Amino acid sequence: MNLRYSESEERFRGELRGWLDKVLPTVGPPPASDDWPGRRAYDTAWQRMLYEAGYAGINWPKELGGRGASPTEHLVFLEETERAHAPYVGVNFVGLLHAGPTLIAEASPEQRSRYLPPILRGDEVWCQGFSEPGAGSDLAALRTRAVRDGDHYVVSGQKIWTSHAEVADFCELLVRTDPHAPKHRGISWLVLPMDSPGVEVRPLRTIYGTAEFSEVFLDEVRVPVANRVGVENDGWRVAMVTFSFERGTAFVSELLQSMELLESLVGIARSTRDGAQPWDDLGVRRELGHLAADLDALWSLTKRNVTQASRTGVPGVGGSVFKLHYSEVRHRLGDLALRILDRAGLSFDDLGGARSGEQVKGWVHALSISIAAGTSQIQRNILGERVLGLPRER
Amino acid sequence: MDFELSEDQEALQDAVRKLCAGAYPMATVRSLEAHGGVERDLWRRLADAGVFSLRLPEPDGGVGLGSSEAVLVFEELGRALVPGPLLWSHLGAAVVDGAASGELVIGGVERRGQGGPQPLLLVEHLAALDRLLVLDDAGVWELEPTAVKGELVPHPLDPLTPLHAVQELPPGIQVAGPDTAAAWRLEGATFAAAILLGLAEAVTDMAVAYAKERQQFDRPVGSFQAVKHILADMLVRAEVARAAVYAAGAHLDDPGVGDVLRAVTGAKLMAGDAALANGKACIQVHGGMGFTWEVDAHLYLKRARVLDTVFGSTQAQAEVMAALI
Ligand SMILES: Cc1cc2nc3c(=O)[nH]c(=O)nc-3n(C[C@H](O)[C@H](O)[C@H](O)COP(=O)(O)OP(=O)(O)OC[C@H]3O[C@@H](n4cnc5c(N)ncnc54)[C@H](O)[C@@H]3O)c2cc1C
Repeated sequence: MNLRYSESEERFRGELRGWLDKVLPTVGPPPASDDWPGRRAYDTAWQRMLYEAGYAGINWPKELGGRGASPTEHLVFLEETERAHAPYVGVNFVGLLHAGPTLIAEASPEQRSRYLPPILRGDEVWCQGFSEPGAGSDLAALRTRAVRDGDHYVVSGQKIWTSHAEVADFCELLVRTDPHAPKHRGISWLVLPMDSPGVEVRPLRTIYGTAEFSEVFLDEVRVPVANRVGVENDGWRVAMVTFSFERGTAFVSELLQSMELLESLVGIARSTRDGAQPWDDLGVRRELGHLAADLDALWSLTKRNVTQASRTGVPGVGGSVFKLHYSEVRHRLGDLALRILDRAGLSFDDLGGARSGEQVKGWVHALSISIAAGTSQIQRNILGERVLGLPRER
Repeated sequence: MDFELSEDQEALQDAVRKLCAGAYPMATVRSLEAHGGVERDLWRRLADAGVFSLRLPEPDGGVGLGSSEAVLVFEELGRALVPGPLLWSHLGAAVVDGAASGELVIGGVERRGQGGPQPLLLVEHLAALDRLLVLDDAGVWELEPTAVKGELVPHPLDPLTPLHAVQELPPGIQVAGPDTAAAWRLEGATFAAAILLGLAEAVTDMAVAYAKERQQFDRPVGSFQAVKHILADMLVRAEVARAAVYAAGAHLDDPGVGDVLRAVTGAKLMAGDAALANGKACIQVHGGMGFTWEVDAHLYLKRARVLDTVFGSTQAQAEVMAALI
């Protein structure tokens, strides 16, 4: 047990810091959240910069174009990029954090060499087409069907809540290839080019007021059989691989951002409003202290998860433990922020001279953390059944 | 960075777990109520296993290990619900001859602030002690327990932690200065957190086992989501606390890795949270059985309450944390 970073890890940190200090001043401010083409251009340009400097796919194997860094170096990378306020993965989220790793684990050599390099270069953007209107938590109930026609699948159905679909080039798509098999057994994992005829993307307005995700309609879309990853009807297992990455290190940047959000909230609590400081309220002070302890503990848990992943090669159930507690901490943080802000919390804009907007956005964001990538209820089922070994309900 | 137990640490953890299973099975633990929580032979077995001498340097007859290891030991002692002045005998081994070997049983109490109204002063296990240590801002003081006038509290919440209400502590002799006192506050909080972590884990295991076994509506109650989710939350609280407590141990051993006070404060807070919430949840999962003296669940929750009040409560730690952010 050793929390100290090794010399070579610190050397890596130093190099990275030097590079970030040099390039970040050349990166402009991010575009408005409803400017999709702008967001794509911004996020992929950053990915390109990482690629050219040798930092793309930091933890991907070298032979697949990554840097082959250890899990701890990956952690250092996330720490440093957050600390320096570098752009976040943004629209590259799916490609870099879970479609890519799934392809690395499950795809054929041809598929890897076709799809992985453009993700790393920031040339191609991916989205995730798993959820359907009738299949969210019960994902295996999905109905989008793919019927074999020669060397193509003909795909029809509807996906929903597809983040970044508007600007994606490819979609990791789950389809039903055998309607007669038990529901977990008839599913396949396909790579869908988003410009295929028959694909229609309709943005959905979220509770932010802007479009963060879309509905995707699929009408007799022809997808080459060669785009299937893994064996036909074995897609559920492949999807489980995707989930382990989705719930793995994907939350590190989130956590670091939350720590900054808390710091900023402390600043707001300590500033005087209407002749009083929220900080003078013992209850407020204690809850802020408590949240700091929670976030610190989650950071320690992250380090344990990373160490475990580096020993086993895959993210463990630590991801579900993390996500569940993290979701609750973010809800508490958001609720406290709005309590402190009082009427300054009634807008996404900064009001009354405080950086209140980000707190309000944080409060709204918390509402999605306990839903996206498996709701808190589903995480509890996973922990109860797969870790504690409790019997299934039915 | 490698935030996992080493093989030696795993072996130590295993050895203490076995020691506790052998020396402190639950029937024995319960029987200690008649002895005020401390039985000399058993105490000596803890000492022989190095529980008190663990962090003393080898030339002084100690084991020469660090706080990271002590955390693992106390976690196991908590899991087994071992009663007695464990923390004070461990800390006191550095200043009182005979404590490390288990010959003497050392208790202690924290004295906060001088002057002004004295808060309620409760001394644990007074009747079983050979020495009483008093920790305050000026240092550590050693007292003869017989010189301490106090009244036995008739119905202590934790039956295995007897209490004396004490009006005033005699002056005693100084055995360590303010630096030691400050260090002990951090170490005491960390090892108390480790015991709390062990309690949180033990009640999780107990509740899970019961939920797999107890049938209602023709199936194990653990298959009902309403129960399953309580158990999943227990697991999460214990795992999050574990990360915080192990980190605190590692910070004490290597203060260069970060803010020690912050790590310790967070650990005590998170472990206190976990032990208290899990203790209650364990009773809930046991239903009516959980409310009986017979089922052990209440003993863990009550011990958690005792430990939450020493070396900084969750409330107090939340405020310390607030001052650090
Ligand atoms: C911001 C955001 C982004 C997203 N991005 C994507 C994306 O890019 N791609 C994608 O495929 N999906 C995406 N999703 C979808 C997400 O994965 C689903 O919303 C989620 O899995 C829940 O499914 P659902 O919305 O159908 O809710 P439902 O499954 O209908 O759940 C409704 C309620 O019932 C509860 N519930 C359901 N089943 C159980 C059960 N067995 N036990 C206990 N409670 C249960 C749920 O917890 C919830 O409270 C996104 C969602 C959000 C919010």
